[in-house]
Amino acid sequence: MNRINTTFEALKADGKAALIPFITAGDPNPDFTVGMMHALVDAGADIIELGVPFSDPMADGPVIQKASERALEHNVRLRDVIDMVAEFRQTNDSTPVVLMGYLNPVEIMGYQVFADLASKAGVDGVLTVDLPPEEGHEFNEIMDRYNLAPVYLIAPTSTPVRMQKICNMARGFVYSVALKGVTGSSELNTDMVAEKMAVIREYATTPVGVGFGIRTPEAAATVAKASDAVIVGSVLVNKIAENQDNPEQAKAEIVELLSAMKQAMNEVSK
Amino acid sequence: MPDARGHFGIHGGIFASETLMAPLDELSQAYEQYKDDPEFNAELQEYLTEFVGRPSGLYFAKELTEAYGGAKIYLKREDLNHTGAHKINNTIGQMLLAKRMGKTRIIAETGAGQHGVATATVAARLGLKCVVYMGAVDVARQAINVYRMKLLGAEVVAVESGSKTLKDALNEAMRDWVTNVDDTFYVIGTVAGPHPYPALVRDFQKVIGEEAKQQCLEKEGKLPEAIVACIGGGSNAIGLFYDFLNDESVNIYGVEAAGDGLETGRHAAPLCMGKPGVLHGNRTYLMEDENGQIIETHSVSAGLDYPGVGPEHSWLKDVGRMNCVAVTDDEALEAFYELTRIEGIMPALETSHAMAYVKKLAPTMKKDEVIIVNLSGRGDKDVHTVAQIDGVEV
Repeated sequence: MNRINTTFEALKADGKAALIPFITAGDPNPDFTVGMMHALVDAGADIIELGVPFSDPMADGPVIQKASERALEHNVRLRDVIDMVAEFRQTNDSTPVVLMGYLNPVEIMGYQVFADLASKAGVDGVLTVDLPPEEGHEFNEIMDRYNLAPVYLIAPTSTPVRMQKICNMARGFVYSVALKGVTGSSELNTDMVAEKMAVIREYATTPVGVGFGIRTPEAAATVAKASDAVIVGSVLVNKIAENQDNPEQAKAEIVELLSAMKQAMNEVSK
Repeated sequence: MPDARGHFGIHGGIFASETLMAPLDELSQAYEQYKDDPEFNAELQEYLTEFVGRPSGLYFAKELTEAYGGAKIYLKREDLNHTGAHKINNTIGQMLLAKRMGKTRIIAETGAGQHGVATATVAARLGLKCVVYMGAVDVARQAINVYRMKLLGAEVVAVESGSKTLKDALNEAMRDWVTNVDDTFYVIGTVAGPHPYPALVRDFQKVIGEEAKQQCLEKEGKLPEAIVACIGGGSNAIGLFYDFLNDESVNIYGVEAAGDGLETGRHAAPLCMGKPGVLHGNRTYLMEDENGQIIETHSVSAGLDYPGVGPEHSWLKDVGRMNCVAVTDDEALEAFYELTRIEGIMPALETSHAMAYVKKLAPTMKKDEVIIVNLSGRGDKDVHTVAQIDGVEV
């Protein structure tokens, strides 16, 4: 059984939603990442989304684009990101790690080689934002073989037919994109989330996480009430951008915000 | 070609974020609905005739033929179209489609600015709001086209991310589209991007080859032995090539930008030197490093300065139907000066790459053989760049 399933089952038994922070691997430098991952867990992260830097992050807003650029200045490759997960696993064998990025680095490495290295390192899932289910069959087949969960996105524009297709392909959880736009573009309208969740639940056989535009403990709590997971990215990455010369300060601010989110989420009953 | 999901062999397809899947599907359906619609085609035809000035001529370059000493060189004069390049054939087609789809806002990416100008021009004519994304480096080197777009009422956004050239403009246009999908139509300027764009743009550009074939039959009583076009994304090239693909006797040459030289690594020649990967919605040959990161391209020509290429070209390479060649910045500049002085026709720097290869090809062919080259754009926009290279202030 995959760590993602185990985690969601335990949370479900407690009536809780998962808190999933995102950071870009290697931002602001490669030495920062593994320590930050452990700090995320200490602050209440149930699953970690680790961004794989890419030169052309088309679905991301300026905050995560710049994070990619900072990591690429240090030449952080997919291989290095996988190594970071292996290092993280030396002292943490329970928190699931999902790699999030674009298809090309995986494509160039080869699906098979990637799956082999990633599963050995202790990666649990992978989300490639520019791989829709229609092109994902070979990818899924190989990920399945290595017990890696391919996570797919549902967008505000996804039709019922597409939702069905996506839910058939998704393992671990599906990621509902809460608004039209790139990452970090605007504030989430939390009222819409419950409405949208009801529709997605008709198709989903996995837990459903919600991301894009969640910035405050209040928003995290509202989304936690309606969904199975709260995904937080740009607001955290922005703290790294603001404290590039003092990563420890960035870490402290991230921990503070994430802890507050976790606390707010714990206070809502489902 | 392509198949229902846009594949040309292993290339093409739809590799887009989920938010764009529904609008891409909507575009495919609209295109299927209107492409054989008599009313749509009549309106398109009227614009091509009355607004663009089609058909463009097939001009026998007698002096150049003598100077290069070999096959007869014919120029397909897309430079004489309204706005000075082939790009407008496609922007009219896409924007007539946009109007029928009820879209009120147009976005586009541009490299040299030719597609941006063609988009801004048609947007002005059709009364549509228009935003053009252009890499900050290109904004600086194509100042005249930037100002032309502004005069036409378009908003030009200088893109400061990544390498600040065409690929980054495309990234930014995609981000805009994802945010404003409801009212916005993305007019892609080349035969790349996710399906249906490569097929759709090709279909709006194939008129170039259809006319050229007819004109060649009238003037020479036979098909050409060779056809030549420059390839950045590849819209002018597929426009010329498409109608000849099944004419086995016609040799096809796609000319990429070798920049400082293929051996230097500083070039923009994914077909000659790249390997298949996924970028901007499709699988195709790319300039990338061994870790799958897209690398910076180099070319004197902003319109060829792109790390990818249309998926149909990648397929034509794979099946051996197209010869992939490349010429350097210096060779292209030499061809620019020669066509200007010998024929009195100043080509765009993109087009100069095709002319530079013609200079190599013509002497290897017989005097009664025929080369058609797509003179895809005129060089007015490049005068500043060339003056700068010449060390002249204008």
